[in-house]
Amino acid sequence: MNRLELTRSPLIKSALKNRYPQLVVFVLMLAGFLFAIVAGFIGTPVGSHNFSIVFVWIAWWAVLILVAVPFFGRGWCAVCPIPVVGDWLQRGAVLEPNPNKPNWLNLRVPATFRNMWMQNISFTLVALFSSVILTTPVVTSVVLAAMLFLAIGLSMVFERRAFCRYLCPVSGFIGLYAQTAPIELRIKDKKVCVKCIGKPCYNGSELGAGCPWDVFPGGLTKNTYCGLCMECIRTCPHDNIAVNLRPFSADLAKPSTKLDEAFKAFIMLGAALIYAYVLMGSNGAVKLAAYNVFSPAWFGYAVAFLTVIFGVLPGLFWLAVKFTPINHGVTKNTEKSILNLRELRVSVVKKFSIAATAIIPLGLMFWVAFSLSFVLTNAAYILAALSDPLGLGWNLFGTAAIAWQPVLSSLVAPAQTLALLGGLVWAARTAQKSAVEARISSVPVIVYCLVATLLMLWLLL
Amino acid sequence: MKRSELLTRIIIMVFSLGVVALPLALWAQTPLIHASMAESGGWSPDVIRAKVGEPLHLKFTSDDVMHGFAVGQMDLTPVDIEPGKVSETTLTFDKPGIYTFFCTRWCGLNHWRMRGTIEVTGETDSSAPASPPLYVTLGLNLDAPHPADVVPVAKPSALHGQELAARIPDLPIYQSTDYYRTHSPSQVFQDLSTSGLTDSQRWDVVAAIWQSNTTSEGLVEGKKLFAQNCAACHGETGGGNGVFADDLSAAGEASAQTMSGAQDMIMQTPANFSDPKRMLGASPALLQGKILRGGMGTGMPMWGSIFTDGQIWNVITYLYSFQFDYSK
Repeated sequence: MNRLELTRSPLIKSALKNRYPQLVVFVLMLAGFLFAIVAGFIGTPVGSHNFSIVFVWIAWWAVLILVAVPFFGRGWCAVCPIPVVGDWLQRGAVLEPNPNKPNWLNLRVPATFRNMWMQNISFTLVALFSSVILTTPVVTSVVLAAMLFLAIGLSMVFERRAFCRYLCPVSGFIGLYAQTAPIELRIKDKKVCVKCIGKPCYNGSELGAGCPWDVFPGGLTKNTYCGLCMECIRTCPHDNIAVNLRPFSADLAKPSTKLDEAFKAFIMLGAALIYAYVLMGSNGAVKLAAYNVFSPAWFGYAVAFLTVIFGVLPGLFWLAVKFTPINHGVTKNTEKSILNLRELRVSVVKKFSIAATAIIPLGLMFWVAFSLSFVLTNAAYILAALSDPLGLGWNLFGTAAIAWQPVLSSLVAPAQTLALLGGLVWAARTAQKSAVEARISSVPVIVYCLVATLLMLWLLL
Repeated sequence: MKRSELLTRIIIMVFSLGVVALPLALWAQTPLIHASMAESGGWSPDVIRAKVGEPLHLKFTSDDVMHGFAVGQMDLTPVDIEPGKVSETTLTFDKPGIYTFFCTRWCGLNHWRMRGTIEVTGETDSSAPASPPLYVTLGLNLDAPHPADVVPVAKPSALHGQELAARIPDLPIYQSTDYYRTHSPSQVFQDLSTSGLTDSQRWDVVAAIWQSNTTSEGLVEGKKLFAQNCAACHGETGGGNGVFADDLSAAGEASAQTMSGAQDMIMQTPANFSDPKRMLGASPALLQGKILRGGMGTGMPMWGSIFTDGQIWNVITYLYSFQFDYSK
């Protein structure tokens, strides 16, 4: 597959190797993050006029889901301020690692937790309370502060970025969808890595930290867990790390067999469907149920939410995969029939996980479509909040009095339709490829994606 | 430690502390009066202090829905308070005292309880003693029912009453303000029993007497005040069926218990001013008392600190218009 090595450009390469450009962005992001926390606590409790809500859940979310994830994969993780303080404390330095770094516990995360399940749970928890988190500044601030302190705390106890890798509710889905992004960090020549002594890209050196994401770049084949932090570019003594431009969806050609990642895809798909119904729909009773946390109605909403994302959606997909006829066409033409017969006995769990690859582009485009409606509807609040971020009557940039009005409202429905239909085509194409790996027919998966798309279209339009 | 490392750490520390400390400092220097629905606390602060003759500059913001600010018994255009935005007004008081400020928007079920006080201190020119309201002078029991013994079959016509009034020898007495305010329509109806008029004619005369104590300007102001302040519960047509009536009834005690200082209050169905038995048995003095003091133990708030005397009498004249036909 064609790749364009961006790091061949001396300008890009030096910008990535040099710590200062990233550091400047980190500091600015950290400042914005801290300000968002403060704004949530002391600013107006009216979410639409508070910096914490407007800049986190409208501006940041729009950038993340409409630009960063689809085009840069884990590009956001490369500048995310949440783990950066923990990183500095862990390394004992802001710039190059300190040879006399602090004596933190530096434990290895137990093997049981070295997967995406904790991220699935943390995302689900945030999702269950999202009606309150997304609208109440002080709750947003509590969540942001909790993430910051958790990231710092885990950096003191565990090695590398344990929070980002195993707990962050956002990191999980970014990793999942980063597989579709047209950008990747990979090694140039595997033989160089094999011969490399000390593996400084993973273990660190005086030039930089070992991979904070606990990934050995030499074995990197997918974007899922590479945080694009660029430490390996700085530490590689052989200049063997490249950042490439590549076709969209490249990683999906190598489907994952991990159940945690498959469930992440269904959680994201289900959350988009439920949000479209609850947040965009006109059913006031459901909105109230989602908002009145810990009320009997909320418990009903929570049960329905959990049933859909952990039961109905993966359950129906499981049935579709389990009772799908085996795709014999794959094996008839092969010479090693005995080996292929063994491969035919791919467990249903593996088939399920592999086939669920098609849900990844579908889910991403569901989120794009869902986000388009509320981001464009509420974008006008950004300018007002920029001038009066705390709701104290300031007018810093003369935009405080800008009245709310939807932006490009006539384009929302066509753009959403395009995104959803594009997602369906993308998912169908992915299903055809992953069906070969799963040794099943792609038809039930495509039908599943079609039904889900029609449902989302009905909910949004 | 390398110099670059030290410098970077200092910059990050200063920047991070600044981004936290600066908004905190600016926030602390911007005192705002927060308006939120009564169930969420109402005004904060709800007591403001001022001095006679010194301008009092107030900044408001709403923490939830649209509210409004006005000061009782003061000629002030209400200030709208939008959620998340800041509104301002400047007040100057020429007399010391405790003024009541209140919400002018129907913001929620307990909107009527969204009140605060401005304590104005300073020298005063006049120290006229306050006279007790009429219902106190008359010793009226505001909480006892005062139903009319008889009610008219049809809505009495003031126009017909005016034609018949010439036959009443003591008409000037009946038409006097003192008599009007201290008697209920049904009492006047009884007093006219020796007039030789039929029941229907007597009721028409009562309507004419009530109209004679009513001006068209007063009726207009009474209607406006009623629409702004009373109709939410009592209904546009006084039928006790305003937009909040069902909610008040349904909320019952639970609603009232959310308000501090009103633990024993029980919400009741708002009074029906279109009910002749209730209205024709009530004297203007009784209605004045109800409005001034509010309905103790019910959801009816007190308006004595909000309306002027003249405004209260105008509201009362409008309330009687639900019973009498004043058309010319």
